[in-house]
Amino acid sequence: MLRDITIGQYYQEDSVIHRLDPRVKLAGTVLYIVLLFAFEGIFGYIMAALALFIVVKLTRIPFKYMIRGLKPVVMILMITVFFNLFLTPGQVLVVLWKLTITKEGIIIAGKMAIRLCLLIISASVMTLTTTPNQLTDGLEKSMGFLNKAKVPVHEISMMMSIALRFIPILLEETDKIMKAQIARGADFETGGLIKRAKALVPLLVPLFIAAFRRANDLAMAMEARCYRGGDGRTKMKPLIYKKEDRIAYAIMMGYILILLIARVVCGLR
Amino acid sequence: MSIIFNHVNYIYDADTKHSSYALKDINLQINKGEFIGIIGHTGSGKSTLTQLMNALLKPTDGEVYFEGVDINSNGYNKKELRSRVGLVFQYPEHQLFEADVFSDVCYGPKNLGLSKKEAELRAFEALRLVGMDNEYYYQSPFDLSGGQKRRVAIAGVLAMKPEVLILDEPTAGLDPKGRDEILDQITRLKKETGITIILVSHSMEDVAKYVDRLIVMNQGQIMYDDTPREVFKHAESLQESGLALPRVTYIMHELKKLGVPVDTKAITVEEAAMEIASLLRK
Repeated sequence: MLRDITIGQYYQEDSVIHRLDPRVKLAGTVLYIVLLFAFEGIFGYIMAALALFIVVKLTRIPFKYMIRGLKPVVMILMITVFFNLFLTPGQVLVVLWKLTITKEGIIIAGKMAIRLCLLIISASVMTLTTTPNQLTDGLEKSMGFLNKAKVPVHEISMMMSIALRFIPILLEETDKIMKAQIARGADFETGGLIKRAKALVPLLVPLFIAAFRRANDLAMAMEARCYRGGDGRTKMKPLIYKKEDRIAYAIMMGYILILLIARVVCGLR
Repeated sequence: MSIIFNHVNYIYDADTKHSSYALKDINLQINKGEFIGIIGHTGSGKSTLTQLMNALLKPTDGEVYFEGVDINSNGYNKKELRSRVGLVFQYPEHQLFEADVFSDVCYGPKNLGLSKKEAELRAFEALRLVGMDNEYYYQSPFDLSGGQKRRVAIAGVLAMKPEVLILDEPTAGLDPKGRDEILDQITRLKKETGITIILVSHSMEDVAKYVDRLIVMNQGQIMYDDTPREVFKHAESLQESGLALPRVTYIMHELKKLGVPVDTKAITVEEAAMEIASLLRK
């Protein structure tokens, strides 16, 4: 049941996108999200969807697998759409009891939904194609300039990658405990709100204990390997830009140029 | 007639390219009152097999029958099934959550909708069956030793009065003393209550001494299904699939190689000792 959640998990595959330098993927993702908000017309969305579609194809990850990871976000999406749909003032189209749907509401809600979907898929493309280790390395190197301002960049990125790595571990643990309690007659799916909340106690207590146990084990293992943070640490596989990475940057630049030219010359947004 | 597997397949990650068979065409019949051991290397499908038995997993193809009814058919009461086919997971002590031992054991029977009194009665009985003294009943389960925690967790399943008890690696991570205690406790349980017991393990040593029937799993398939003595005759193919024989059996094989005319069929230390003693007497 919980195996379905794929957010933040790595999907092993040998593709162009997988081989790219993590810094390129980080920059690309950030850039993509910024552009998604800067160009919010029809043209901008078509370009964004097209670009994402090509990248997703290039990753060779089954699209079905990626969509499955979106399921937990559907709820948030629904709430956003709901509020935008009913609470935007403007030209009234439909009145349902005290709720009114306006033309502006429909447009904003639709835009929101598309934008959120693209946002989440693009972010998950990065995590699906980059191992937590690579991601940490990439972050650490791109943020390296902050070291001068005494920001503990290495420690922060280490914490981030541990958090990412713990998602699947804790999901697995949850799945196991859930099954064990179901085998003892637990029922997580029926009953009122209070009953369901109470039914979670036998799941949450062992899960918390498991999280602490895991964290303790990890701390012990790091201690045993004399981990002492980022000072003077060298890399086994230092990040070096290759030809592919430069081409990727060039493609990104091209993408920005197309959007800008379309806006300035043709007035498309 | 108790549990029947009919051409059961189970596939993990079915819609990705990493999909793999956890179980392949399993046909199996488990009868009432049997004491069965399931052994296999890590990843041979043992745990998947046990979770199919009480409908925690649904087979990709094929059917699982309990008492003649397909347990995955619509409207089948799975909660009742799970009380009749009790499953003790690997490291069951990780599922303990209550403030004291006694309430934790009461959790299962309470979920079955029994009255408080009946649930407590069953908890007492279950804790007695696993040999926990009443001085521990009102302690926090987290203060107990590893072996004790495990016994409390087993009691938690026993309190549901299952007709079939499945134990997935009940000795994993215990010291030799804790291991023997748990296994002896299980054998005693078998004698006292006569329930069907399925013991899953990767250690031949554990199961050889106790079970009447041994199922060997290899790469998602049943490799052997026979009495332990018969199974251990296939020493070489067992080793090829990464399973070790009981250590005494090795010794007997070595003796035979050295020219001592021993019978290699001994699977417990006692049997081997008898065999060698009778040889010396001659």
